[in-house]
Amino acid sequence: MSDVVEKTLTALPALFDSQTGAAKITNRLRQLIKSITELTSKHEEENLIKQELSAMKEQVSSPNTTMKQMREIMVRAMYCEMLGYDASFTYIHAIKLAQQGGVLEKRVGYLAVSLFLNEGHELLLLLVNTVLKDLQSTNLIEACMALTVVAQVFPKDMIPAVLPLVEDKLSHPKEIIRRKAVLALYKFYLIAPNQVQHIHAKFRKALCDKDPGVMTSSLHIYLQLIRVNSYKDLTGSFVTILKQVVGGKLPLDFNYHSVPAPWLQIQLLRILSLLGKEDQSTSELMYEVLDESLRRAEMNHNITYAILYECVKAVYTIHPKAELLEKAARCIGNFVLSPKINLKYLGLKALTYVVQHDAKLALQHQMTIIECLDHSDFTIKRETLELLFRITNAQNVTVIIEKMLDFLCYVPIKTLTFAPDNSWFIQTMNDVFSIGGDLLQQDVPNNFLRLLAEGKPEEDDQLRLYAVDSYLTVLKGHTSHLPQCFLQVMSWVLGEYAHLQESVDQREVIQFLTQLLDQRSVSSETRVWILSALTKISEGQTDLILDLAESLSSSQDTVLRQQAQELRHLSQDSQLHEWALPRGAPWDSIEVAGLIVFPYYDKLFLLKLHYVTFGTSVKTFNLAEPKITFSRYSNFFRCTCICLYINFVYHFSSSTLILEGVKRVWGKDGYLPQKEATAPLVDEPSAAVQPPGQHEAAERIESRPEPSTQNQDKQQLASSLFVGLGVGSSMSLVRKLYYDGFTVSLRGNVVDCLEARSTSVCHYALLMDDPHTNVSFTGTVSYQTQPGHTNTLPFSGTLSTADFIRPLVVTTEEYGKLWLSLSHDVKQNLKLLTDAGDPLRTTLNALKDALQLHVVDIIGSEGIVACRLLSGAPCLLHCRVNGTALAMWLRSPHPALPDCILYHCQRALTHH
Amino acid sequence: MIKAILIFNNHGKPRLIRFYQYFAEDMQQQIIRETFHLVSKRDDNVCNFLEGGSLIGGSDYKLIYRHYATLYFVFCVDSSESELGILDLIQVFVETLDKCFENVCELDLIFHMDKVHYILQEVVMGGMVLETNMNEIVAQVELQNRMEKSEASDQ
Repeated sequence: MSDVVEKTLTALPALFDSQTGAAKITNRLRQLIKSITELTSKHEEENLIKQELSAMKEQVSSPNTTMKQMREIMVRAMYCEMLGYDASFTYIHAIKLAQQGGVLEKRVGYLAVSLFLNEGHELLLLLVNTVLKDLQSTNLIEACMALTVVAQVFPKDMIPAVLPLVEDKLSHPKEIIRRKAVLALYKFYLIAPNQVQHIHAKFRKALCDKDPGVMTSSLHIYLQLIRVNSYKDLTGSFVTILKQVVGGKLPLDFNYHSVPAPWLQIQLLRILSLLGKEDQSTSELMYEVLDESLRRAEMNHNITYAILYECVKAVYTIHPKAELLEKAARCIGNFVLSPKINLKYLGLKALTYVVQHDAKLALQHQMTIIECLDHSDFTIKRETLELLFRITNAQNVTVIIEKMLDFLCYVPIKTLTFAPDNSWFIQTMNDVFSIGGDLLQQDVPNNFLRLLAEGKPEEDDQLRLYAVDSYLTVLKGHTSHLPQCFLQVMSWVLGEYAHLQESVDQREVIQFLTQLLDQRSVSSETRVWILSALTKISEGQTDLILDLAESLSSSQDTVLRQQAQELRHLSQDSQLHEWALPRGAPWDSIEVAGLIVFPYYDKLFLLKLHYVTFGTSVKTFNLAEPKITFSRYSNFFRCTCICLYINFVYHFSSSTLILEGVKRVWGKDGYLPQKEATAPLVDEPSAAVQPPGQHEAAERIESRPEPSTQNQDKQQLASSLFVGLGVGSSMSLVRKLYYDGFTVSLRGNVVDCLEARSTSVCHYALLMDDPHTNVSFTGTVSYQTQPGHTNTLPFSGTLSTADFIRPLVVTTEEYGKLWLSLSHDVKQNLKLLTDAGDPLRTTLNALKDALQLHVVDIIGSEGIVACRLLSGAPCLLHCRVNGTALAMWLRSPHPALPDCILYHCQRALTHH
Repeated sequence: MIKAILIFNNHGKPRLIRFYQYFAEDMQQQIIRETFHLVSKRDDNVCNFLEGGSLIGGSDYKLIYRHYATLYFVFCVDSSESELGILDLIQVFVETLDKCFENVCELDLIFHMDKVHYILQEVVMGGMVLETNMNEIVAQVELQNRMEKSEASDQ
């Protein structure tokens, strides 16, 4: 049978043109439907329906519209409402149709009313008289319609008005009327039980009705009534009825797939189990018929299983009888072991029910239960967990809870997209994060943050706002017990979206986050997240941030120390901040801008690819290839703390490239094909952390520059950098750096793992021997997403001599000796900062702060200052107050260095 | 009790929507969408039951559905209904439609939405199962059809 249906349904497209099947369709409706199916967008549909509705509005108010046309308009209105459009102007006309029309009009009118209006709708009052009239109609169809509408939608306070008429219908000669009347009364009972108290006797009459259909309907009522007051005296009747049904005493007409009245049997079994519950004597009355049911229901059809299932439940609900229990247990076995998935589901449900009485039963099906745990069907899995929950005891609790948590981790992803509203969604996710905590699969926070981030600003700001509010509330309470993963999510969201909430002072948010930082229970990974968030919202709150950076600068954690540095750096330069962390920029439009140079916490520099650093624009990887975008993107939860540390120490020697700690690959004669193992610069990342493919890829030289290029300029050398963005398991990076048109390719060593699972940091040392005021460089990051698949990403940045200046700590005597030995000198008058009491000291301190100089001594109006180029030549400065100017005399062994430093001093003082 | 009966096609286009419990219009649409999302993602070889979505009722409710070629028939019911019973009720309903429309197809449902409602009214009334006997249902529907025919011949 169902095959036939399927076949015909597949033939649908052909029917669309021929229209053979659907005759007599009114033109307008056909037109409407046809044009709707031709539309391609929701927007077009909206327009079309709007037109349609306004046309209908005109039509209904026109006096020339016939009843027949009205009927047709009503169907169109139903269609529009079904699609979710408001056609409320037709409601009153639906009522009018029911009131005034003939049978056909009434039918469509009543249908429309029951579809459009709910029980509380005021228009329904207009219908009461019509319903009363129709209930008294001799026309069978009219009476049926009235009963139907009464059972579907009827105002509660109008029930007394119709009740006597409906009651009368219980003795109507036609069984269909009696049946509908019984159901209508049942509905009344559900809505207003008190009003039908007095007709319980009539229900009994219905139960004894000669028509099995009416009797079946009355069972609805009894199933409900038995829950409230016991009807033990009726047990005998129910048992007899069931016996008759099972024995095939009903007319054949009631058979369904040769099973006698299965739905009736189901109802009866439910009633019996309610009656026999905790009542031995009543239970004894039904043992026989239950046994019979179990025996009879052996046919292999879906519906017999429905009966069996109810039987089993009944057997386990009533006072137990060993023989029956045994049979029922066997039945459950059949269910559980059935290859039919629906039956397996019911089997599990039955087991879940039964183990409350007999936990041993689950033992027999251990293996099946274990299999079901990993079943691909979500419903089965869920039911199995429900079962596990019931059999949890002291011995198996850990295993079961583990399984449940697995499941918990699985749930949110599934349901993420179906959240009914924002508050529910955020609240649920809060629960998931705080309960599931760090056991959650990484996907859960990832997907959650992605969902927040991907939304369009206008549409999803509300969701984000809600998240922000909710997290602020959470943070106001106790936070020490919160899982790290939840704290991370909160920091990320607050960092990104706290600014959306205008009513909350950003300082307050900063304070919350700072408090978190101080907590002992917060892991260092989470601290990184929190600091990232603080960096994002630091704009304009320099005082707070500087305090924080100050307190963190003595932290033992180098990563934190570094981040604190960056925080300070960014908060002092709002332009840079804006550039590095564009607020509210959509995810897909952030371009790779370049690098930011941060002063590193110790002697090196740090360059950060800002888009990687701050997660906000990880998506820029799609510049390289969309595929990687996704894999990176889905991982961005981790990526928020990825940074590429590129530590340059330029070293310009006349002929050799000096790479601190990095293996020399390029020498004066080009590429040095050294085969020996690379000495790790600091420490290798642990094998567990880095994917195995990482090293292989990292050790490959990406490309070889032309030797001719290489020889062009030997004293200018740059060397490269970094590597190691090992996100997930499939990424490895090899980079190249171009410096002033000079290409050198080096391999990188991963030297530090900032973030165990996602980040590796590579330090490369570059030294500068020949100072230039500014040096720009470009480079590419190459990384592999899969073997043989290399992507490259360009970047560029600028470094100045100032970045290489380091204090030179010498005593006054040493200074004096050195001074005499230096040959190249430059003199110049500089601006003196006169706004403070001691102009010389103020000026020197300003220079010291800006350029990392070492103030050796200040004697009267003279000051001596020393510095040197990182791993390179020293430079001594002699400063003297000369009226309103500062006369500066610089000396260095390097001819270009004094000029460079002078330039930077000038800059520093002008910008002060 | 049956809370709602939803019929939509493989693309989630509603073909017949009948709620027996009041929901605001936009909520109804959301329920339809959610139900479609839940149901359409399921393979044909998994079971026909689904714990209800978050929208209708919560844990006491479940979705029982059947997928016929281009259409999904979804009944949203509470725990007082038998899963397998409802599953066969859907079959009875579809078979009845098949009888009334002589090989029913999606188009019949689209163009005769009102008729499908009338047939459904003979199966389920106010959320309660009224009749499961196909012959009885067809008889009631034919009674109404005769009335229609007599009107047509009058004109």
